[in-house]
Amino acid sequence: MLNYTIKRLALAVVIVSVAMFLLFSMIYLIPGDPAAVALGPRATEAMREALRIKMGLDQPVWVQFWNFFANAWTGDLGREVLSERPVSHVVMEQLPFTLALIAGGITWSVALGIPLGCWAAVKRGSWADRVVGVLSVAVIAVPSFVVAIYALLIFAVTLRWLPAIGAGEPGSAGDQLIHLILPSLAVGLGWVGYIARMVRASMLEVLEAQHIRTARAFGLPDRMITYQYALTIAILPTITLLGVGIGQMLSSAVFAEIVFARPGVGKLVYDAILTRNYPLVTGAVLVTTVLFVLINLVADLLIGALDPRVRSRF
Amino acid sequence: MSAADSDTLHSATAAGHLRILRAARRVASEPLGALGIALVALMVGGAVLADWLAAYEPNRISPRDRFLGPSWSHLLGTDQLGRDLFSRVLHGGRIALSVALFSTATSLLIGVALGLIAGYGPRWLDNLLLLLFDSVKSFPTVMLALALVTLFGPSLTAVVVVVVLVNVPGYARIIRTQTLSLKESEFVIAAQSMGAGMGRILRVHILPNVLGPLLILASMDIPVVIAIEAGMSFLGLGVRPPTPSWGSILNDGFTAIRDTPWIAIAGGLPIILTTLGFTFLGETMRDVFDPRLKGRR
Repeated sequence: MLNYTIKRLALAVVIVSVAMFLLFSMIYLIPGDPAAVALGPRATEAMREALRIKMGLDQPVWVQFWNFFANAWTGDLGREVLSERPVSHVVMEQLPFTLALIAGGITWSVALGIPLGCWAAVKRGSWADRVVGVLSVAVIAVPSFVVAIYALLIFAVTLRWLPAIGAGEPGSAGDQLIHLILPSLAVGLGWVGYIARMVRASMLEVLEAQHIRTARAFGLPDRMITYQYALTIAILPTITLLGVGIGQMLSSAVFAEIVFARPGVGKLVYDAILTRNYPLVTGAVLVTTVLFVLINLVADLLIGALDPRVRSRF
Repeated sequence: MSAADSDTLHSATAAGHLRILRAARRVASEPLGALGIALVALMVGGAVLADWLAAYEPNRISPRDRFLGPSWSHLLGTDQLGRDLFSRVLHGGRIALSVALFSTATSLLIGVALGLIAGYGPRWLDNLLLLLFDSVKSFPTVMLALALVTLFGPSLTAVVVVVVLVNVPGYARIIRTQTLSLKESEFVIAAQSMGAGMGRILRVHILPNVLGPLLILASMDIPVVIAIEAGMSFLGLGVRPPTPSWGSILNDGFTAIRDTPWIAIAGGLPIILTTLGFTFLGETMRDVFDPRLKGRR
């Protein structure tokens, strides 16, 4: 397990480094002078020159790359162009909102997906199974931003059951939770389908297993066999699936944050692009990428700890 | 080629056609497959025949007809500039479908090439390519799209590049795995020992054997591609106004959602119907053609 952990960790570090390199080359390739873009058309040549030196743009490319790289690994992502606040602070301020949104999405998908998948597996071949199957495919197919807009239209604008805008009063947990319901539904709905299908498939496999048959032969109640013996094993594969899922939810979160005017990293990047605040764009993209790699790392290590076969494949 | 040879070739292609026809009939006999075919046909038909079906020019601005609700003269209503939404939805279908086809084809070409190189080439190149695939996949899609738009500016090119970057790693990995296992198979070794070059082995012996499952997976990715185009246009990062796109119609509707909800409905409905249609069709096709792929996603 130690060997596997070290290899998987090394891979994560390499992936983040390559991602950094790709990001850096991208900023480098952006047409135009970043200093001129940042200061706008009314800046004097002297101001531009000063900013260029401050941003390190007068150095050779490889020095610039090394600085970017070394600073990023120590958590220094540079400063915002206008307010001069450290990018890492700005991103960290917004990150909790996005994480809460994703946690909400996971809650929706697990709370609906696992019971639906389990039910479909137990009632295999019945109309209930078919309905769950078609529904799962359908919610996977529909893009999250359409779900967000329609949810906004139905529950916030027409029925007025839930708030449409913002993240709620800063101090009040209840208000924040109410503001989380619709955006997190938009983020998590597709994953209800994925999880239901996954749980159904692995439940069907587990229900055929020897120890379940033995349990049946001993006359244990069906309820106990399904939920205590079968489901606990059948849930395992969904852990890796959630690793991938969180990455996709990060994408959906961008839309949910924009549609519901919530603070968060996605909205931060979007606004930064519209105002050409490039250090903020790269910083925030880098943070979410690292987050994504970390989540996948944790998911892989978890599944490696639970299933020795995965370790040996490495 | 002798006459007998070309005869066998003809009957082989005829048998191929027959097999495809039989499979298509099986897809259509499944209720979900039939629904998928109907939805896809509806959307493709609407896009192809947009010029005849649309009663208005999609970009014709008519200030007197602003924000009209759905009626017989404007089936889906009109938007903030008085443009007919039904006409815009039909023409938006052209953008969605052509972007989907073009970018999927491009991803397939690049994915197949890289996958063959990774699977058949030297070990170090394989490792390098795998690392590159993993790194590209480590960006969340929308973040990748946002970052790329800073580079290219909002355009359809940016949409195609995003789709290619999102799709290629997956396609290349499938081709790579299949190539690796075929590389050791007896018929490939036999061809090698008869002096066949690398190009011939890849083209004649390996490629035909790896393409089938890939094409099914690629067709199942079409709804994802349509969602990427619509999503980027929704954020204003895809097609530029006034070109009609489902995503930009949805954005117009989002801005005016409190007073004129029909604009958002008109933008979202074709996205929902098309992604559902292609997904139902793809799922049924996969089950009919290649049950082994079940549970791959």
